[in-house]
Amino acid sequence: MKLSEKAEEILEALWIVVEEEGAAFLDPVRMKFPADDPAYRELTGYTLIELKQGMVYFRPEGREEGMKTIRRHRLAERLVMDVFNIRGQDGDDKACQFEHLLNEGADTKVCTMLNHPSTCPHGKPIPPGDCCTEARSTGDLGVVPLTEFKSGQEGEIAYIQTEDGKKMQKLMAMGVLPGNKIVLVQAFPSYVFRVGFSEFAIDSTLAREIFVRK
Amino acid sequence: MSKCCNGIPETTTASSIVRKVTLVGNPNVGKSVLFNALTGAYVTVSNYPGTSVEVSRGRTAINGDAWEVIDTPGMYSIHTITEEERVAREILLHETPDVVLHVLDARNLERMLAMTIQLIEAELPVVLVVNILDEAERMGLTIDLDLLRQKLGIPVIGAATARKRGIEEIRAAIGGYQRGCEQQCFLYSRLLEHDIHEVAHLMRGEYLLSRRSLALLLLQQDEEIESIVREREGEGYAVVAAMVKKIAFERRESFHLDLSLERKEIVRRIINGVFRAPDKRVVTMSERMSRLAVQPLTGIPLLLAVLYFGLYQFVGVFGAGTVVDLLEGKLFEGLFNPWITGVVTGIVPWTVIQELFVGEYGIITLGLRYAVGIILPIVATFFIFFSFLEDTGYFPRLALLVDRIFKHFGLTGRAVIPMVLGFGCDTMATMVTRTLETTRERIIATVLLALTIPCSAQLGVIMSLLSKYPGALAVWGGCLMLLFLVVGLLSARILPGEAPMFYMELPPMRLPQFGNVVTKTYTRMQWYFLEILPLFVLASVLLWLGKITGFFEKLVAAMAPVMASIGLPNDAAVSFIFGFFRRDYGAAGLYELQGKGLMDARQLTVAAVTLTLFIPCVAQFLIMKKERGWKVAGVIGLLVSLLAFGSGYVLNKALLLTGLLT
Repeated sequence: MKLSEKAEEILEALWIVVEEEGAAFLDPVRMKFPADDPAYRELTGYTLIELKQGMVYFRPEGREEGMKTIRRHRLAERLVMDVFNIRGQDGDDKACQFEHLLNEGADTKVCTMLNHPSTCPHGKPIPPGDCCTEARSTGDLGVVPLTEFKSGQEGEIAYIQTEDGKKMQKLMAMGVLPGNKIVLVQAFPSYVFRVGFSEFAIDSTLAREIFVRK
Repeated sequence: MSKCCNGIPETTTASSIVRKVTLVGNPNVGKSVLFNALTGAYVTVSNYPGTSVEVSRGRTAINGDAWEVIDTPGMYSIHTITEEERVAREILLHETPDVVLHVLDARNLERMLAMTIQLIEAELPVVLVVNILDEAERMGLTIDLDLLRQKLGIPVIGAATARKRGIEEIRAAIGGYQRGCEQQCFLYSRLLEHDIHEVAHLMRGEYLLSRRSLALLLLQQDEEIESIVREREGEGYAVVAAMVKKIAFERRESFHLDLSLERKEIVRRIINGVFRAPDKRVVTMSERMSRLAVQPLTGIPLLLAVLYFGLYQFVGVFGAGTVVDLLEGKLFEGLFNPWITGVVTGIVPWTVIQELFVGEYGIITLGLRYAVGIILPIVATFFIFFSFLEDTGYFPRLALLVDRIFKHFGLTGRAVIPMVLGFGCDTMATMVTRTLETTRERIIATVLLALTIPCSAQLGVIMSLLSKYPGALAVWGGCLMLLFLVVGLLSARILPGEAPMFYMELPPMRLPQFGNVVTKTYTRMQWYFLEILPLFVLASVLLWLGKITGFFEKLVAAMAPVMASIGLPNDAAVSFIFGFFRRDYGAAGLYELQGKGLMDARQLTVAAVTLTLFIPCVAQFLIMKKERGWKVAGVIGLLVSLLAFGSGYVLNKALLLTGLLT
């Protein structure tokens, strides 16, 4: 089943009013396109929604599909704002275009890369996917900043993310290189970690820029 | 890996010329200890990354040939980032060393070999010293030096320089160094090799480093190398620059990272079979100590204990109390001064000249007495304390402990070292601010040092001055701390610039070796005396001149309104005039006034606070000018003077109003 962009937008809007605002149905007047748009027919064709007295209602399958769509939308927002660093209206627009590409498993990849985020940049919850549930049950933290480690925890450096090139080079020269083993020795008042047989102290600003995986 | 022999110039070895050997390596790998062992000269050995910013040079003879040994500040990579690293690389870039001794820490062979690779790649005459083998062995690590030698194709020597192990082998390796064909060439991925070639084959000039190495540095956007290449290539530079720009743009995403990862892979292949670690980590005594020092719960009590026993008991009570009493009171006042006065008045009949040497401000009776009787014991005990602490590796741990607090002052924990050193000598500390990363941090640290940190000599004198009035001591301490906080917080807000970042390597904690501590203290004392003794003599001469010409009295009279406004007797002006020459000198002047019973507790406190805050001594001012430039130094000097007298004024009024200390 591959839905049109308009159809996905209707599903999202319906999911928000029903699941988050507690309404029973969506009034098509609230959509940008009229009630006789073919997108509604497309959705009823897949038995995802039904139209009663001109109002849009979920069918059970539609609720599930709506959740997945909203998940893709909010993941796209996170991706566009956090990773591409595009913000504001421009960011929203790009996210709207991007979400339609996140199907057929691409959402799982993006979700894992973003380390299973639970909220969108606007603070709304992102419905968890199977990958999130699995990560939670196995206790896999994925790739996290060093600040998330507990004292004594051991891991591997995944990547360094800093805009200051000089700092990154310095860190790399000190042995903070992707693939190296790292042990967080202490987290307060400064972060102390061990790479190889050397110990280093850094502040929390830098610790946030070293990403590690357990 | 392949041999690459082409393009290596024959090293001309005429025994009449002094040959050069340069020590390079990460901070804290024992370069300075090795330097001392090779030359027998004195250089400050520190277990604190970033105290040797200067290059030390010494001489030695190996097999009858004269060698110049050059010790450089620690560097992590040939692509330099910090000031210290730049200083170190200067030597490699401009001094054509005959042997480059790369010293590394055996325990961190894997991490540090990356720089060996870079040195070999630059076609420098590298000899590798795998140092600190003793501690590595204690941790159960084994290193196959023969295999390493084979794989690298350069001389490799195992050593534990702190235990004098391997020194003879190192000397032999330097003396017998022959540039061979075995030096290996480590190949990167085909893509990177292609990029290197694209840049290197465009270069026509003559360089001390290999083109391959220069090409890589250019691709890393190394500005210093850029300017060297621009100069050497002349008109051809435009083509090189264009190619560098093109490749750098293509690989903009991750050139540095890719390069580091490729080097890591090369190193991994080299140490495979060379380096073996036990399955179970051995937790050493030093690590346990280190934990105690860095955890706030144990670290803060430890810090307080260090301050109490080290600073208060050893420097304060013992140095400034017992020893000063003995030297100044018994030796100078009791024996030496009366004797020398007798001798001088016996030889020289003119009172004016007598005055110059043994008068009230005489070079001998005042200058020498202050320098040797009061300043020497205090400064010596402080430097013993500081050098001991430095060698234990405690300072980096202190730095991480206070980093959060120092961030409020626009500094990082790193600045704790100049601050602590400032309690010994502010001039020396101002010089060490060079190890801070940004100009902003350096300026803030310089201001705080100039204003609120009393040097040990001054501290000692003021402590004994105010010790009779515990309340006065508390007011004095409170005022300084308040100003430190206010000025620190304000300058962090006012000065433009980003908040600095803190990162620091923690060297292993170790018990300092007696010899090293002595050497260090000696070097620092030597520096200190060469620095201050001429000033003391100069001050005595100027004061004498001022006195016989009557200028001095005029100056004192001119300062009278200022003194009156902060509630001090006229005579206190003398201390402030002294204070400009040396802070401690001024404080010692106050000591005399108090001895004569001319000042009460309130006046003493006001004078002590004002004098402590008062402009830095001539030496510190000159260093400020040297490190920060005229403009900044001038502004700081003015600001500090205004703040000093302003605070004195406010404090005097406050004390009068509240009736405290009366």
